[in-house]
Amino acid sequence: MNQRSSNLLDEALGLDQVIEPWPLRGRVVAIEDQVETSGSFVLHHLLKRSLSPNSSNVTIFIAFSQPFSHYDRILRKLGCNLVSQRDNSRFFFFDMLKLQCPDGDEGITPEGGLIALYGKIHKTISALPEISWKNVSIIIDDLSLMEVAANGSSDYVLDFLHYCRTLTSEFDCSLITLNHEDIYSSEDRPTFFIQMEYLADILIKAEPLATGLATDVHGQLTVSNKGRNKVSNFHFKVKENVVECFYPGRS
Amino acid sequence: MVMEDAEAPHHMLLLRNFMAQGLVLGQHLLYSSPARDPRGFLGTLPSPAASKDDKSRERDPDQEKGLRIAWQYKKYFGENQLDGQRDGKHEYSNEFDLRKPLERHFINGPRIDCVSIQDSDLSTLRDRCATFLSQFPRNDGSISCAGRIAIQSFCAPQCAYSNMEWDMLSFIRSLKSMVRSSNSVAIVTFPPSLLSPSFCKRWQHMADTLLSVKAIQDEDKELAQLLTGYQDMVGFLNVHKVARINTQVPVILEATTFSIKLQKRRYLVLECLNQAPVDGSSGTSYGTSGGCSSSSKTGNLDF
Repeated sequence: MNQRSSNLLDEALGLDQVIEPWPLRGRVVAIEDQVETSGSFVLHHLLKRSLSPNSSNVTIFIAFSQPFSHYDRILRKLGCNLVSQRDNSRFFFFDMLKLQCPDGDEGITPEGGLIALYGKIHKTISALPEISWKNVSIIIDDLSLMEVAANGSSDYVLDFLHYCRTLTSEFDCSLITLNHEDIYSSEDRPTFFIQMEYLADILIKAEPLATGLATDVHGQLTVSNKGRNKVSNFHFKVKENVVECFYPGRS
Repeated sequence: MVMEDAEAPHHMLLLRNFMAQGLVLGQHLLYSSPARDPRGFLGTLPSPAASKDDKSRERDPDQEKGLRIAWQYKKYFGENQLDGQRDGKHEYSNEFDLRKPLERHFINGPRIDCVSIQDSDLSTLRDRCATFLSQFPRNDGSISCAGRIAIQSFCAPQCAYSNMEWDMLSFIRSLKSMVRSSNSVAIVTFPPSLLSPSFCKRWQHMADTLLSVKAIQDEDKELAQLLTGYQDMVGFLNVHKVARINTQVPVILEATTFSIKLQKRRYLVLECLNQAPVDGSSGTSYGTSGGCSSSSKTGNLDF
């Protein structure tokens, strides 16, 4: 059951067959969720996959949401030791919990928060052995908090993401982001959100069931893979050590 | 975070219990509100309710000698136990008597800091919180003392910063970060109707645990038919989200809506909603009254 269930999400993302080279290489993956249903488990799943012992992937994790200890404990239960991965230079954790761009300097000058952050990412990748350049994943948790850190300057956040996207072509990195769809659905002009969806090669939406909460089914995932021209929809149940995915009626 | 209802101040009931509980347990408290003098609110904090065990202590000593059940071991704890206290310290309790104010020595102590957010800016409030939380650093050792922060009606229009939405978000983010790295907990209440829908959603996502309170209409006949004990209810409490720290597994509660009752007008009680029994006196499965039955008089709650 576990083997089958993890393959539904992996299958939708193209992770079910080969790990090397990293199937998400050069792709932008956008995860969207809501207050009622968190999509952070997808982030954890992709982090675990990218740090698989069978791959040589390197992950740069930009954390605006939680401290390192939070992810460390979750990934341990998923069978991945972030501390040893960090020690082996496969996992780089950028703690952005206290980053706050100075007023009026949200990214204009090199000393501005987001420019400096991009510079740090670029420097980290450049310092890796050239052979690793093509196996880098950049994960951002989450974009709405990056906007807060930038004092609401969504344009600068978008510029930052465009710069990160250049890394997907320059270094063949993958860019994985988490954001909250329900924040923007009530806006008159959700420009930032629409642009992010446009940038994404793969869009993963975590939503509650129409029937509400349930102990056996925690929500539904819709994966739109533009590269494969494929849309997958299935239910999920989140456990400490695995995420069970199944088609409706087959929990 | 608690989303307030403009129709009734039920969030104040939650804050009173939260603050009183902390003080009774010897914890430090930082209280902030839009009032010019927030300290005045401390006089409304309730005292711990009398423990039910007090009645059992009035037993006949001769009868106790013959008892063989486990609680006879209480004689080894000494004679100085009063009102749920043990060694002079209060035991953890959620029961407080709203008609009996908290004893003065709890309120006048040095463990309380009050901040008015009516005239102060957010950086001042942030600094006060940082200073307060610096007393409870989190380390690998045991917890020597803990702190509670209660911020009431954070975006109230009286506050000078109430139209600075991004700054308020930035403050909440900063507070959350500070609380996570300390032995403390913070409750922030806010009126969601004063925020734009988009920012209200941002605040909701910021919360580790998200609650909302709602007033209940008096003499709502349809609700009275639908719910058991309706006449004792003053409002509803909804649990929208529960904190998931160090875990990815969501908390699925058996019930997410609770009734808020004031038992004997003294004790705050939260109860799962119970549906009123269907009236089966007509002898047929589908009677003419009751929340779950069809009736000749259709209402929007009938199904």
